[in-house]
Amino acid sequence: MHAVKRQLVMALMGALVLLVSNVCFGTSIPDKITINSIQKYYDGVSFNHAAHINNLKDCGLCHHHTTGAQVSDPNCIRCHKNSGAQAVVSCKGCHAAEPFTPEALKRQKDQFPPIYHMDKVGLKGSYHLGCLGCHKKMGGPTGCQDCHKRNVSGDVIFHSNIYAPKTTAEPKQSHH
Amino acid sequence: MIDRRDFLKGCLACGVTAASIGVVGKNALAAGSFEGYPDAMGVLVDLTRCVGCRSCEAACNNEQKLPDPDLPFDDQSVFKEERRTTAKAYTVVNKYEVADKDTLFRKMQCNHCNEPACLTSCFVNAYTKTKEGAVIYNSKVCVGCRNCMIACPFNIPAYSYSSPTNPLIKKCIFCYETRLKNGRPPACVEICPQQVMTFGHRSDLIEMGHERIKNDPSKYVSKIYGEKEVGGTSWMYLSSVDFDKIGLDNHMQNEPIISNVKDFLGMVPMVLSIWPALFTGIHLLATKNKGEHGDHDHKEGDQQ
Ligand code: SF4
Ligand code: SF4
Repeated sequence: MHAVKRQLVMALMGALVLLVSNVCFGTSIPDKITINSIQKYYDGVSFNHAAHINNLKDCGLCHHHTTGAQVSDPNCIRCHKNSGAQAVVSCKGCHAAEPFTPEALKRQKDQFPPIYHMDKVGLKGSYHLGCLGCHKKMGGPTGCQDCHKRNVSGDVIFHSNIYAPKTTAEPKQSHH
Repeated sequence: MIDRRDFLKGCLACGVTAASIGVVGKNALAAGSFEGYPDAMGVLVDLTRCVGCRSCEAACNNEQKLPDPDLPFDDQSVFKEERRTTAKAYTVVNKYEVADKDTLFRKMQCNHCNEPACLTSCFVNAYTKTKEGAVIYNSKVCVGCRNCMIACPFNIPAYSYSSPTNPLIKKCIFCYETRLKNGRPPACVEICPQQVMTFGHRSDLIEMGHERIKNDPSKYVSKIYGEKEVGGTSWMYLSSVDFDKIGLDNHMQNEPIISNVKDFLGMVPMVLSIWPALFTGIHLLATKNKGEHGDHDHKEGDQQ
C-alpha cells in the first residue's frame, strides 16, 4: 500500500518536472507575444518581444531576477543575487490574472518567506505599470488605444464613439 | 392631587426609547479606539500610479447601473474643474498640477469610515457598517433629510433630485451587493489598468502601505491617509505629495467625527424620543386629572 502510494507520488512529480521544463526550457525566446488579458474591452496586443530585447538588452528590466539577469534593486539582491534562471519566466507565470479573489489573497499572505513578494501586483497591473512606466521614460506610446484598440463592449461601458451620450453636441473624435 | 408616580410611569414607556438611544450613544463614545471589524476588507489607493484614464468611473457607472454620463468616460475635458461625487457618479477622478511633479490624479469615492459620521447622523438608521467594511444604506428608510451630507467629512453622500416624491441619498457602497458580499473586489478596483487600488484585509493593507513607504521613501510622503483620519477608513491613500495638494484635508482629526458632533446630533434622537414621552406624560396628567376627578366624585358618592 505504502509502496504504491510512493510510486504514485514519484510518477506525479516526474510528470510535473517534465511539464514545467517543457513550458520553460523547451521553448525558445519568442519574437512575438500576443497579450490578451483584457480582451473583454480591448483588442489583444501583438507585443514585439524581439524589438524590445534589441532596444533594452537587459532582460531583468521586465523579467526581474527570473531570467538569471543581474538585478539592481537592493531588495531583490538580498535573495536573488545568484538565484539563477527560474523555471517560470513569463509575466502570467507569476502575476495573477485575478489577484484579489479570496484564494489569491490567501496564497499571497501564506507564501514563505513572507517578504517582498507580499505586495506583488496582478497581471494587468504588471503589464501597465511596467510598459507604461517605461514608455513614459523612454518616449514610447502612452495612450490607451496606442497599444490596444477598444472594442465594442469597451465603447459601451465608456459611453464613447457611437455610444456617446446624445447630449454631446458634436460627435467627439476618439482619442488615445 | 397630581399623582407623580403615575406621571412617571406614563413617561417610562416612551422613555425607554430615549434610554436605549442613550446607551447607543455611550457605546459609540467608548468606541474611539474601534479598529473596525477584524476581518474587514479595504482598499489601498496608491495615487502615484494613477494615470487619469477614468476607467474606474466607467466601471462604476456600469456596475451600479447609474444614469448615462453627460460626457463619454474617455473625455478628458472633465479635468478642467474639480468634481465631487454626485447621485449619478459615485466615484470621480480629479486632476492636480503640483510644482516639480508629473500631473497627478486622485480618485475619490466613499471612504467607508470605521466609524461613519453619516451613520451616526442618520436618525432613521438608514446606514449600516457591514462586517466586510462597507458602509451601505437602506434607501427604503431614507427620508432625504440630508443630515449625512452635512456630517460626512469627505463630502461624499449626494442627493438625488430625480424623484421629488422619493428623495434619496446616493453614494458608493463598495459594490457590496454585487461583489464585496461574495468576497470579490469592487468594479473600479478590478478594471484599473495601473492597479492603483489594492484590495485586501484592511490590516494587511496598512502593513503593505508602510512597506511601500519604507522601501521608497523618496517616492511617498510618509503617511497612509485614512489609517488614522476620523477614526480610520477602509479606503486609504498613498501619495507622492502632501495630501492637501490633491484635495484631501491633511488636518483631519484622528477621533471619529461622532466625538465632537455627538452633543449636537444627540439632540436629534433626544428630541424625537423625549417629546413623545413628555406629551404622553402631559396627556396622561390631563386625562388622569379628569378621570380621577370623576372617580373621586363617584367614590365619594358611594361612600356617602
Ligand atoms: S482606472 Fe485606475 S488609473 Fe484609471 S483613473 Fe481610475 S484609478 Fe486612475
Ligand atoms: S466617507 Fe462619508 S459617506 Fe462614506 S462612510 Fe465616511 S462619513 Fe459615511
